[in-house]
Amino acid sequence: MCINRRAPYGTIYALEGLEVVLMGAAFEQDLSVVYLDDGVYQLKKGQDTTDSSIKNFSPTYRALASYGVEKLYVETESMEERGLSEHDLIVPVKMINGAELTELMEQQDVILNY
Amino acid sequence: MKFGIIVSAGPYTHQASDTAYQFSKAALERGHEIVRIFFYHDGVNNGTRLTTPPQDDRRITNRWSELAAKHELDLVVCVAAAQRRGIVDVGEAKRHGKDANNIAPGFRISGLGQLIEVGIQADRVITFGD
Repeated sequence: MCINRRAPYGTIYALEGLEVVLMGAAFEQDLSVVYLDDGVYQLKKGQDTTDSSIKNFSPTYRALASYGVEKLYVETESMEERGLSEHDLIVPVKMINGAELTELMEQQDVILNY
Repeated sequence: MKFGIIVSAGPYTHQASDTAYQFSKAALERGHEIVRIFFYHDGVNNGTRLTTPPQDDRRITNRWSELAAKHELDLVVCVAAAQRRGIVDVGEAKRHGKDANNIAPGFRISGLGQLIEVGIQADRVITFGD
């Protein structure tokens, strides 16, 4: 499982979190990817980084399905706190609450945090 | 038990590298195995041999090198993180036309696949740092 908790730009974690998922897919691992806290902004539609000199890597999230990465989870509370709904996101996700996320985490062999 | 270790913070500014070292040393002394130590994000800064801390301070990089030599540890520095931060070995210097290299003894630069492999091979993966 890869957990993404930070906003997409300003730190390198979001990009690194995406890279590790693609590498995990290349190794044919059973991957779950979670977005919570400001990490939910990584999946937001309409990202424009033109003025920041940082590459907009958000289109890559759409390629995850073609790499066999289909278990994308977004924490409901994080979305609600930020006034976001599934319609604001660039890829289909499963919304789960904090308690469900805890259960999911307990099933994992390895958890990587970004 | 087989441990995989991730060090994701730089030396001295954060405690992560110290704690990872003490944990690794203690685990090895108790007969556990460490399949690999993966230096990630700012953690790659642990792998430069050019550090010169004050004489009365611990030498974090040398300490890793010595532990690796003693226990034949695999210290891997993430290549993408290393390139961004100027951690360079002979091959990387040649490939990117740099005038020097700075990788410390016992460290090697390799890809993210090495991290995934740690997850597959280790019983437990422990992250030190963010």
